Amino acid sequence: MLAVCLLVLLVLVLDLGQAGERADFGRAYLPPSLDHPFGTDHAGRDLLGRSLSGARVSLLVGLVAAAVSSIVGVVVGAVAGMAAGRGGGWLDAALMRLVDAVNALPHLVLGIVIVALLGPSLSSVVISVALTHWTTTARLVRAELLALERAGFVEAAVGAGANRWWVLRQHLLAHVLGRVLLASVLMVPHAIMHESALSFLGLGLPDDRASLGTIIEQSRSAVLAGHWWPAVLPGLLLVALSLLVFTVAERLRPESRGRA
Amino acid sequence: MVEPPGVDHDGALGLTRRRRSVPIRTGGPGALVARRLVLLPVLAGVVTLVMFLLAQRSPFDPVLAVLGERALTLDGPTLEAMRARLEDTSAVQQWLTWWGNALTGDLGYSTSQRTSVGTVLAQRLPWTIGLVSASLLVSIPLGVALGGWAGTHPGSLVDRVIGPGMLSVQAAPPFWLGLVAVWVFAVTLGWLPTGGATSPQASGVELLDVLRHAVLPVLVLALAHLPWFVLVVRDATRDALAGAPVHAAWARGIPRRRLLRSHAVRPALLPLVTVLGVRVPELITGAVLVETVFSWPGIASATVDSALRLDFALLAALTVLTTVLVVLGNLAADLAYRLVDPRVGQRDG
Repeated sequence: MLAVCLLVLLVLVLDLGQAGERADFGRAYLPPSLDHPFGTDHAGRDLLGRSLSGARVSLLVGLVAAAVSSIVGVVVGAVAGMAAGRGGGWLDAALMRLVDAVNALPHLVLGIVIVALLGPSLSSVVISVALTHWTTTARLVRAELLALERAGFVEAAVGAGANRWWVLRQHLLAHVLGRVLLASVLMVPHAIMHESALSFLGLGLPDDRASLGTIIEQSRSAVLAGHWWPAVLPGLLLVALSLLVFTVAERLRPESRGRA
Repeated sequence: MVEPPGVDHDGALGLTRRRRSVPIRTGGPGALVARRLVLLPVLAGVVTLVMFLLAQRSPFDPVLAVLGERALTLDGPTLEAMRARLEDTSAVQQWLTWWGNALTGDLGYSTSQRTSVGTVLAQRLPWTIGLVSASLLVSIPLGVALGGWAGTHPGSLVDRVIGPGMLSVQAAPPFWLGLVAVWVFAVTLGWLPTGGATSPQASGVELLDVLRHAVLPVLVLALAHLPWFVLVVRDATRDALAGAPVHAAWARGIPRRRLLRSHAVRPALLPLVTVLGVRVPELITGAVLVETVFSWPGIASATVDSALRLDFALLAALTVLTTVLVVLGNLAADLAYRLVDPRVGQRDG
């Protein structure tokens, strides 16, 4: 099951070309057929090709945003965790208040503000997702570090004269990495949702790099005209994509191993 | 199959279920309220400051944003002079001026709505409050019923269907659910209007007309929030059933129906209260998306409008407003928790 999911994701990430990008207004709003399994959109473009490349954009944005926010989270969490036990309690407290503060922000509204002020582009979407989602990872890393602080092998290394950065690299990060990875994967569907919401609101990706959110946004007038496929089918693909990534994350969870 | 996640994992679909940390510091509810109320202005201040700093680096032209069409009637030198005057004032200075005005009740002029920001809030806030509270009135009882049933009937059909079902609903973005609902109920069946809050032919705001327009947005928003309530209640009920109080009650011979109601489902309402308070950001997200799909004249769709049209005054006011709501939601959750569970807040540490 995990292998199948990973395979599908891999195929999605690989470039599928620019299928369906050619506009042909004479073929606008053709219902699903064998030629066009998802039908065509307002500009006569093949919606299956467009949706697949949109899914690829969504997935890539999700992966990059999750990676960026994980990196921010690891750095903040590591600094806080390392500072806490070594006379840097004030730094730890300050960083944890920062985490509280970011958690107390309305994420989508903040995302809207960031994209509006930086201008809609791939990087503003990634920034807006990353800036609001690093806190879980930061908390996780800090808690793990504080727990590991008392582990025997760390005390032994310190006792043997290892310096703190060596211990951090060799022992602590190696232990934390697995959980961070899982948290990052779990972040991907959330990032995809966030991106598609911004794109749907017209604040995300432009037409030439359409994500699934952009495609669904463009289908609004089609729905009112009674054409269901431009909205329903790409949406189903988005649901499938989120469930797929989520399934992968669930399978990676240590407690679910061996149950498959 | 996918095992639906429990309450205390990191969340389904990465929508993180923030674990409620039990407040360890002691002090009565008064101290808690005081701490949060100190946090509130600091947070609002920092968020707006960041906004002003970002705005200064952003590519949009503040002069044109403020003037709009009026800029067409002004000559170049006048515009240049205005630009120079704006560039002279630093972001911090602008920020101080904004707060100075805001605290005296002047939130500025909304360029996208063409009226004062205060008027926009007064006109649109009631629509959003109505929409969100109506959707909660639908989704909470439904969530308690479904989650309670699934939790007290493990292995039943409802229990087996609910996990994957709720997971799928969670994976569906609210704006897409809205579009599908519009296609089915408004376009195909023609039962309900496609959007807006009043019919063009209606004379002003008529109750029945508004209710007809509200059905789809309220139900879609309720559906979008339902998975959280169902899963939380189900898991909490399951946990409660395994606990000693239930066994003791069972041993005392308390009727099954009453046992389930007061010893299994009731304790599950506690996490529900918490989830509700903590999920204010998600409530806001849902409102923004659903209001946009249905062109609902609320405050959330105005947020999107103001962002698209670079209406800085309105955007700043709405950011502060939503931040305040989130902090108050968290506070309400903590206070409710103390009220229901007196052990919280009495711990030393």
